[in-house]
Amino acid sequence: MADKVIICRCEDITREMILQCIEDGYQTIDEIKRVTRAGMGPCQGRTCRLLIAQELSRAYHVPMEEVLMSTFRPPTKPISMGALADAWLENHEGEEAVSGQAVAPKPEEGGAAE
Amino acid sequence: MKKGYDVVVIGGGIVGCATAFELAKRGVKDILLIEKRFLTAGATGRCGAGIRQQWGSELNASIALESTNILENLEEYTGYPHSVELHQGGYLLVAYTDKEWDQFQKNLEVQHRLGIDSYALTPEEMKKKVPYLNLDGVKGGTFNQKDGHANPFHCTQAYAYGARKMGVDIETFCEATGFRMKNGAIAGVETTKGYIEAKTVINCANTRAPELAKMVGEDIPVISERHQALVTEPVAPLIDCMVMAFSRSYYVQQTPHGSFVMGIGPKETPSHNFKSSWQFLEHNCAVMCEALPILRNLRVVRQWAGQYDMSPDANPVIDEAAECKNFYSVCGFSGHGFMVSPRVAIMVANYLTGQEDTLDIHRFSKKRFETGELLLEPAVV
Ligand SMILES: Cc1cc2nc3c(=O)[nH]c(=O)nc-3n(C[C@H](O)[C@H](O)[C@H](O)COP(=O)(O)OP(=O)(O)OC[C@H]3O[C@@H](n4cnc5c(N)ncnc54)[C@H](O)[C@@H]3O)c2cc1C
Repeated sequence: MADKVIICRCEDITREMILQCIEDGYQTIDEIKRVTRAGMGPCQGRTCRLLIAQELSRAYHVPMEEVLMSTFRPPTKPISMGALADAWLENHEGEEAVSGQAVAPKPEEGGAAE
Repeated sequence: MKKGYDVVVIGGGIVGCATAFELAKRGVKDILLIEKRFLTAGATGRCGAGIRQQWGSELNASIALESTNILENLEEYTGYPHSVELHQGGYLLVAYTDKEWDQFQKNLEVQHRLGIDSYALTPEEMKKKVPYLNLDGVKGGTFNQKDGHANPFHCTQAYAYGARKMGVDIETFCEATGFRMKNGAIAGVETTKGYIEAKTVINCANTRAPELAKMVGEDIPVISERHQALVTEPVAPLIDCMVMAFSRSYYVQQTPHGSFVMGIGPKETPSHNFKSSWQFLEHNCAVMCEALPILRNLRVVRQWAGQYDMSPDANPVIDEAAECKNFYSVCGFSGHGFMVSPRVAIMVANYLTGQEDTLDIHRFSKKRFETGELLLEPAVV
């Protein structure tokens, strides 16, 4: 019964699948996300990453704070491509939406949030 | 992890994992792979995972062809119990200029010589394949059914799985920080988990490979360039093939899961920048909605950034360090390393175990930038 618990509702991933990953030797939320898709759906892991962190914390006997969090990636909410395209066109009047010829945006200095 | 190994591979991306696997397969017993984070933490886990045989140079086309043959059976090849989700829905390459269209004809000749089943399409025929394609400015296209994509996480895990089965040790969260040499040859690797003796080191650290090579006195002309991608929510199947254009520098594909993965490639100043930008988000959507207006309705759920390890001729640099014997670097894949890694790993493993190969590894040496024998490729993003 306990193992039929859904951990990631967006991608329909059960606790059983998460435990299997841990048994297979995966150690981080990021790895589990990559192999199961947990946290890749529309809500981007808002609930499931804490639940997965709990499982990792329990399995590897480390405190929750020490479980490596996965990166929160933009956008914060799903947003339509049409709206984004219009925003670009508004700011680039008269330009063609062609990326090959485009001027490179200045790289956001510093960066390197690897 | 032991005190010392015959071979230490640095980097847990597809290149490092495939190389470790191929070496073990050739009977090399004592191999360690170290990865500073987790497997696929680098470019491999951030890539579009497209595989195509539609190249313009015979070298790239044949490496991609042979790599595809391996990916077609990677589960069996490595014993991996999951699917690597290979989907061969084809690549539709779109020409928007006459020059590009002429080049496509030449590329087809090269591909046909190798037995690749690619063919040309008129704009009307393209519309039949991808009804949502905006034909404005389209001169024509080429298609090859064997092109497609695979899941980069599972492909890498498959190689790692097979490697472990043959006794390869894999140590994650272990970063190479320095090297020790003895009599002009590599002696060992300093890591965040201590010193490891090594008779041979294979540097597969992608964009970080040049700085590691530098530690043994080797200069590799490879730079790091940020490229971004995004993914939409999953929807019912709309497009079976990858759609890609060099002149407009975009690619888009629908994954078996239903989401669309896409990216555009404006040139940027070299950096190790891993941040996503809103400029990319908007610009990408403008370019893509122009090419495939139906995409307007889809919602973006996630974007990310990764690096291309760019070499001067956009092809890999594979070399032994001049001042440090048995230290090899395998990098410079310039944005298409995923699809060629299976065959490149075989070539490297054959070379290191003294086996014959139809490919001459020396062609990938950095000497080519002095002699001018560049590996020129007309069909790159
Ligand atoms: C947005 C994007 C889209 C792409 N699309 C495609 C595509 O469609 N098709 C295709 O074929 N290719 C594509 N590529 C390119 C492809 O991802 C790479 O060429 C390929 O994954 C390179 O594999 P790798 O193993 O060399 O590098 P990586 O996967 O980057 O592996 C290198 C590893 O080395 C580790 N490392 C670095 N320094 C150290 C150290 N000091 N000690 C230990 N470990 C270290 C890193 O953490 C990393 O995991 C794309 C790339 C990007 C960024």
